Amino acid sequence: MTAAARMEKVAIAPDGGALAKSSAQPLLIVRNLRKYFPVKGGLLNRSVAQVKAVDGVSFQVMAGEVLGIVGESGCGKSTTARLLMHLLTPDEGEVIFDGLGLGARDGMTVKELRRNAQMVFQDSYASLNPRLPVEDTIAFGPMVHGLPRAEAKQRARGLLEDVGLAPERFGRRYPHELSGGQRQRINIARALALQPRLVFLDEAVSALDKSVEAQVLNLLVDLKEEFNLTYVFISHDLNVVHYISDRVLVMYLGKVVEVGPVGSVYSRPAHPYTRALLSSQPSMDPDRRKTEPPLSGDPPTPINPPSGCRFRTRCAFAEEICGRVEPPLLGFGDAGAHQSACHMNSAGSGHSLAAPAGTAA
Amino acid sequence: MTQVNAVRRPANPLDETRDRTPAPPAAAKESAVVVYKGQSYWSNVGRRLRSDPTTVVCGLIVLAIILVSVFAPLIAPMDPYQAKMLGRLAPIGTAGHPLGTDELGRDMLSRLIYGGRISLMMGLTPVGVALAVGGLLGVVAGYAGGWVNMMIMRFMDVFYAFPSIMLAIAISGALGAGIGNGMLALTLVLIPSITRVTESVTTQVRAYDFVDAARATGASTTRVIVTHVLSNVLGPIFIFATSLVSVSIIIASGLSFLGLGVSPPEADWGLMLSTLRQAIYINPMLCALPGIMIFVTSLCFNLMSDGLRSAMDVRL
Amino acid sequence: MALSAAMKSEAPSAAPAEKIVEVEDLHVKFVSKDATVHAVNGVTFNLDRGEVLCILGESGSGKSVTLRALMRLLPERRTRLSGRIQVAGHDIMTLNAAGLSRVRGEVVSMIFQEPMTALDPVFTIGRQIAETVLRHEDVTREDAYKRALDLLELVQIPSARRRLHAYPHELSGGLRQRAMIAIALSCRPAILLADEPTTALDATVQIQILLLLRQLQEDLGMGVIFVTHDLGVAGEIADRIAVMYAGRFVETGPVRGVMRDPLHPYTQGLMASTVHGHMKGQRLRTIEGAPPNLESVSDGCSFAPRCAHATDRCLVRPPDERRPSAGRMARCVLVDD
Repeated sequence: MTAAARMEKVAIAPDGGALAKSSAQPLLIVRNLRKYFPVKGGLLNRSVAQVKAVDGVSFQVMAGEVLGIVGESGCGKSTTARLLMHLLTPDEGEVIFDGLGLGARDGMTVKELRRNAQMVFQDSYASLNPRLPVEDTIAFGPMVHGLPRAEAKQRARGLLEDVGLAPERFGRRYPHELSGGQRQRINIARALALQPRLVFLDEAVSALDKSVEAQVLNLLVDLKEEFNLTYVFISHDLNVVHYISDRVLVMYLGKVVEVGPVGSVYSRPAHPYTRALLSSQPSMDPDRRKTEPPLSGDPPTPINPPSGCRFRTRCAFAEEICGRVEPPLLGFGDAGAHQSACHMNSAGSGHSLAAPAGTAA
Repeated sequence: MTQVNAVRRPANPLDETRDRTPAPPAAAKESAVVVYKGQSYWSNVGRRLRSDPTTVVCGLIVLAIILVSVFAPLIAPMDPYQAKMLGRLAPIGTAGHPLGTDELGRDMLSRLIYGGRISLMMGLTPVGVALAVGGLLGVVAGYAGGWVNMMIMRFMDVFYAFPSIMLAIAISGALGAGIGNGMLALTLVLIPSITRVTESVTTQVRAYDFVDAARATGASTTRVIVTHVLSNVLGPIFIFATSLVSVSIIIASGLSFLGLGVSPPEADWGLMLSTLRQAIYINPMLCALPGIMIFVTSLCFNLMSDGLRSAMDVRL
Repeated sequence: MALSAAMKSEAPSAAPAEKIVEVEDLHVKFVSKDATVHAVNGVTFNLDRGEVLCILGESGSGKSVTLRALMRLLPERRTRLSGRIQVAGHDIMTLNAAGLSRVRGEVVSMIFQEPMTALDPVFTIGRQIAETVLRHEDVTREDAYKRALDLLELVQIPSARRRLHAYPHELSGGLRQRAMIAIALSCRPAILLADEPTTALDATVQIQILLLLRQLQEDLGMGVIFVTHDLGVAGEIADRIAVMYAGRFVETGPVRGVMRDPLHPYTQGLMASTVHGHMKGQRLRTIEGAPPNLESVSDGCSFAPRCAHATDRCLVRPPDERRPSAGRMARCVLVDD
């Protein structure tokens, strides 16, 4: 495929409106996902409090798209990915992959899920086994699922080439002999070894230098086209998420506060937190420096989140209703694709800035 | 599902994928491609060990002691059980007895050589067995977490609460004297500390992303532990175990000294220390000899363990 | 923002730009049994009073090492320092241990990336600030604690009086970073060194700390050297930028000039490859290759293997500094003098 042809395939409409691309059935449906971690303390190490890491998260991922998930520390985005990969056991929630319920009687088992969904971890020395040559690390997955050793190695070598590393030169190397970008390519190859359809990328480029980050992003886009993948891209870096995602989901303290097509969310953010997050980005233009921080204070811990809307303690528009009632995630605009959880955007909520009840959204 | 390897991208010579380490010497161009064999962690460790003079020297000394013990029947000049009442406590340098004789007239050199067999066996075997048992328990406790971990570790804590030599004496006394019982007692004494170290290391390794990645492929727990966890956990445990060898030798000698391990007329350094006590006013150097052997062996194992620790501390 | 009267009155009035940091031909090598790492290879720069200089570079460029060299915070045994370092009139290279200890904190102080490891976990932050004050100035304990309270208010820590007696682990990331800034400012240094202080913080907290630092720098008239890998951060806070690659400054200049019109191919590559939303749909431009191994010093330009414009001239010797206009410098043969 020539570079020009490849570029054409990657180009999408500037406002990110890409929902019409694929079939109607979502690849992944998540409903009311919940995970609380106990905080141990006291004499007998009993549970004294709970970290409400993920508290009723619901969303969908369409086949072939890139869903970006952004949020700050404590928002629960990494925990969500691990729950969906079943590396952590959810307390509650329904996960439906390609129409099959996870754990349901005639649905999908966890082992089957693992063949369909894989994860790329953040680069660190802990992301690859330091005692194994990288080829063996990649071949481990296929061997677990029954592929004979020789074939698994063959597939591993093929994947090394696909991620741009010559198998003869890199196959037998150990992680400590590779640079950050190369290790991340191995991470990606390992995730693709089981030929999944959905890939979770948990801060996959965050630890890399900027110049290497660009190379790996290009690779991710290429691989997505080549293998017809769907990505869930988790990051705290808003620019990268803007670049690579079709839709974006914003999380705060274990809840989804906004979701929608990336162009729409970035140019017309509906939730005050999203607005603050977007304007917190340092500008590269020295003439447009900020004078006031958009948000004061630190993100609270998810141990005892505020009642009602969790953002109300830092929100400039918080009112009495915000402490009483938790705002539901409601759509507005065309086809309701862009949703936010804010009383100001929900007609008849009782907030002074909301439209009166009965108004069309 | 799309097939892997469907499209091959042409190699770009200026790509980021150009490696940073120098290329291996090029083979003939027409032949098959040169496969670069990486430098594994263990080969790095081996290299560093060989370049550390202290470790090498101590290793050679230990090797010498072991070889001498193994080939004792060939090396020892005389029968270690041959008593000669007239030649008791002959000083070092006596003709025919280069290291003198003990309180029953037996040749010291031969007894020291033969004594090494039992002392080493009582020192090394318990460590080996404890490593296997304690290591297994520790890995299970560390990987499983939760109540399994609690049960195993609290059980170990009970034994850990006793000072090791007292525990060894107590168990040995309850079981009765004898080499086998002595080794059993030592093994039981060493297991808790190995379990503790293993559990701690396993818990750390368990939290690493690559273990999660292995679980994410759908591998069974056993497979994940065997392929990914064990190789990373073995290093620190091995260091700890080698440092335990010196402790084990000393406790074993202590047991024999108290009459709980080896019984006469067996040659064993600890027992020799005990029986030679009476001669301390007559020929002090003779009494020191078994002690020196215990000291040297124990020290060498300890220094080797230190060398191993610093060799494995390599920042990769 | 309320600045306590005492601190404000002692801030130097707008003085004509004088150089408070002068570094000439700094070389830093780390020697060990296995290899020698040439971390810094001939760095020369000056810092004016009240100026913010941002050293921009990726990992392995030597930027943190340069910063630590200014206070000689590098491990003694392994480090070989050479060159001239003049900080507010003190010759850092010739100071003995006592002199160094006095300069650190009083004349120049530093804030670090990870506040949890930079703060001592067993002492309250009030105690840590007061301790620094007592070390350098001859005041009573009571006065030192009063100064600590003033400082906590200066860095805008809410409920400062209560937080005086808080331990580092009781504070959130942003508050810990503010506490570290308070400690650094406790003796009113003329120069503040900042080693990626906002990299580990969330976006909404990062902007608060950046604005705070800018405010403090203006009010107290300090010179600041800020190390970062983030172009946005540099754009937000710098007066001048120095781009570092493989132990050398490859480009320096005022922030607007460097960011709008970069001269050196590496700087151009960095600007082009920094991901932005408006690049959506296009393939990202990358700098091919990887940063060099600092165990060997290359003969020619260290960026040549990755440079699209490299010629034979570039491989002969490292390019010297070209100054095409006032205040701008680039180490590239393609830049006219």
